[in-house]
Amino acid sequence: MRKLNKDVIYGIYSDEEVLLHAVRDARNRHLEIMDVFSPFPVHGLDQALGLTESRLHQAGFVYGAIGALIGFLGMTWMMTSDWPIIFGGKPYWPVPSFIPIVFEMTVLFSAWGMTITFYTICGLWPGVDNPQLDLRTTDDKFCIAFDRNEVPDEAARSFFAESGADEVNYKNI
Amino acid sequence: MSGGIVAPVRKPLVEGQKTYHQITEDLCAPTERTPSTAWVIAFILAASTMAFGVFCVLWTIWMGIGTWNLNRTIGWGYDITNFVWWIGIGHAGTLISAILMLFRQRWRTGVNRAAEAMTIFAVICAAIFPLIHVGRIWVVFYFFPYPNTRGALWPNFNSPLLWDVFAISTYFSVSLLFWYTGLVPDFATVRNRASGLRKKIYNSLSFGWTGSAKHWQRWESLSLVLAGLSTPLVLSVHTIVSFDFATSVIPGWHTTIFPPYFVAGAIFSGFAMVQTLMVLTRKILKLEEYITIEHIESMNKVILVTGTIVGVAYLTELFIAWYSGYVYEQFAFFNRAMGVYWWAYFGMMACNVISPQLFWVRKFRRSVFVTFFMSIFVNIGMWFERFVIIATTLARDYLPSSWSYYRPTWVEIGIFVGTIGLFFTCYLIFVRVAPVVAIAEVKHILKVGGDQYIGDKAHAEKSHEHQAAHHHEHH
Repeated sequence: MRKLNKDVIYGIYSDEEVLLHAVRDARNRHLEIMDVFSPFPVHGLDQALGLTESRLHQAGFVYGAIGALIGFLGMTWMMTSDWPIIFGGKPYWPVPSFIPIVFEMTVLFSAWGMTITFYTICGLWPGVDNPQLDLRTTDDKFCIAFDRNEVPDEAARSFFAESGADEVNYKNI
Repeated sequence: MSGGIVAPVRKPLVEGQKTYHQITEDLCAPTERTPSTAWVIAFILAASTMAFGVFCVLWTIWMGIGTWNLNRTIGWGYDITNFVWWIGIGHAGTLISAILMLFRQRWRTGVNRAAEAMTIFAVICAAIFPLIHVGRIWVVFYFFPYPNTRGALWPNFNSPLLWDVFAISTYFSVSLLFWYTGLVPDFATVRNRASGLRKKIYNSLSFGWTGSAKHWQRWESLSLVLAGLSTPLVLSVHTIVSFDFATSVIPGWHTTIFPPYFVAGAIFSGFAMVQTLMVLTRKILKLEEYITIEHIESMNKVILVTGTIVGVAYLTELFIAWYSGYVYEQFAFFNRAMGVYWWAYFGMMACNVISPQLFWVRKFRRSVFVTFFMSIFVNIGMWFERFVIIATTLARDYLPSSWSYYRPTWVEIGIFVGTIGLFFTCYLIFVRVAPVVAIAEVKHILKVGGDQYIGDKAHAEKSHEHQAAHHHEHH
């Protein structure tokens, strides 16, 4: 198990509506949330947490553009400069014929590039053993976690009590 | 729930008033219990069929393509027929997961996981045929443009067959990414219920997923873009497959209608295969509350629409052949319907165009029994369609002295049957290893569709009220 060596206080919620209210409440109280864990993507949670929009799709565009260029320039070089051959009376540089392969290369590079980027920046790979606060957060529970060095226990406990948390726990991860 | 506006009359997507925990229990259960006798018998059947297919493939590789009944007139027979058939079947998975996602069709969550798995397995089955039909599989890497010592002789980038290589490889790998990225959070759910070695294995499979808010945000962004990429991809793949036949100079293989017609046919046959699998899966794994009659009806509507599009395409082809005034084209189509392979043409028409019209009737659309048999008919019909396009067309070309007839050898039939075995072997392993229904996605849409989710306490109250109301009605 990878150790972050962080002392964490976390509250468990059983409904995503309650969770969303709690997250907004914590932000109003200026409590710095370490992380929120949920069994499925909760819509509106990223705005409530103030997370910036993911730039993954921009990366996807760049990867796709690279794929398209490799495909187009590669075929151009092979067919016009490296070994020009006339196929069926077509010109040496048959641009319309390139469309299918350029498209496939765009999709291939964009999809693989984005996926590899996603797993890398999230720190997710086979064999990685990320610390988990509570095993029930992949089942039916939602969890808000505070770093105990950032947020005093008293403030956290009163926040959890008032925002409808079912239970409050401590853990060193 | 901020899942959008839903009409109050809309039926819930998941039946049986589930809680989140109940969903986890129901959907993880098939991977956790010991396999049933039915599963074991099915697996043995599938695996032995696959083993025979492996034998036939090895026989082909060892003895050569001469073990097939291809001749100088008919250069493609069972091999490419089966290839196109399997690739077409694969398309439904991408359609359900990507196109329905972009159209915000939430019912897809009940069937998308299994349909995507089906895509992967169908493409594996399909890929076998082009690989072995070249005869010398050990130099099959010549397909790809790699720097080589033959002067660096590159493949012909003008050829639709080479486009196919790129399309199929891209399609397979991108579908795999899309499917697996969806599986990662669900593997984490299974992991957190497991212990010991099983936990270790599932932790590896889940890549150490924790469900952090930032990860979910990126995961949704990735899923959406992969869906956006897969949608034109799936259309391009079958368009390019159709180019193999559309851009040729043989009458019948020289047709501008092929790309849309092949894509519609692919969706048609793919949905039929999804129905075959879903009808069995929901029954055997007891998932009737997740894969509901509503799902089956929706998919039957897609089958009806695409089947009718395919029917219109068949008639358009006939009309254009006549209207072109080109005798060779006219003969090619007369030969399809009335020539030596007339039975394949009529099988195609009956299974693909006539039989799906039953689905205009609501009762049939909602009948599991009718759906199952219809799905088999459609798959037979779509196989005949490819056979008609390939074998019938080649059997009667320009030169009557080279006219010929083709019937498969036991090796060709064995390989085809073997791929069906491979497909079901993969699917049976899949249902044991991974949740067949996407757990996280079903939880995500649970509150969409009326006041479906009402929590544990309210659940008891509600059912009490319900009983009371029911009781009242009776008096």
